[in-house]
Amino acid sequence: MNEMAHSDFEAMLHRALAPVDPPERLKTRLESTLQEITDAAVDELESWELSAMRDPRNWVRPVVATAAGATAGTALVILRVRAQQKKRKAASSSPLDLADRTVKAVVGEARKLARRD
Amino acid sequence: MEPKDKARSDREFSELYSSHLRDVYSYAYYRVGNHHDAEDLTEQTFLQAYRHFERAQAESHGRPLRPWLIRIAHNLAANLYRDRARRPQTPIDDTTVLSALHTTEDLVEGRDELARIIAGIKHLPEERREALIMRFALGMDNREIARAMGKTDGATKVLLHRAIKQLEEIVTTS
Repeated sequence: MNEMAHSDFEAMLHRALAPVDPPERLKTRLESTLQEITDAAVDELESWELSAMRDPRNWVRPVVATAAGATAGTALVILRVRAQQKKRKAASSSPLDLADRTVKAVVGEARKLARRD
Repeated sequence: MEPKDKARSDREFSELYSSHLRDVYSYAYYRVGNHHDAEDLTEQTFLQAYRHFERAQAESHGRPLRPWLIRIAHNLAANLYRDRARRPQTPIDDTTVLSALHTTEDLVEGRDELARIIAGIKHLPEERREALIMRFALGMDNREIARAMGKTDGATKVLLHRAIKQLEEIVTTS
């Protein structure tokens, strides 16, 4: 196969293997899975009995649960705030206004998470 | 880790997610051949990536993390195949599913070749098929593909060359 035909073939390969857009429901699902990780960590803490804390062998679990809850929660806030960034940009009158709206969105999402907890 | 560092790490993970969600999904889709499994695979890939993100960042020395993400997806897909092999059911690399991805316009434009290419990819050895997916669906260069597949740049170049050549032969003779 000559060079021209070879590049034609590669062009066809590009078409055959075109990138595939992920469905919108997948993004929602990913965020809710992160939320589940947070919830599971919170449940772990809630079900913890104070009396069990007397045994040092049980100290590791709540610490791990707290860490998991904090990291997943932070990531979720970031993902949610980023998802709305285009809308905020369109609604903003200036970069300062956009910054203000973004900060408010971060606070709002964090509050929503805190309320769920 | 300090809270400030953790916030930065989460922000960077969020950027990685936004930048490469389509890459991971495309890879997953062409690897498993249907949307349902591709969604599961993509979700698991990002959850696993999130768990190991800080370590991956530390070990990447500033290099792009896309090959690392694709490697996670590759390993998870291999597990999926292994699990399915234990519980025989509908083949997950059915090319009729791949064909469904392409639009009517593609087909109307006389794309017999396109259909033959899609069918031909199925007959390639797994490693060659993966290399083609990374190159053509994800637009990865040789170095990125090499990192994702754990090969040298030279070996990857040869792998891609042979994959394209074999596919051309399959398409020509079909």
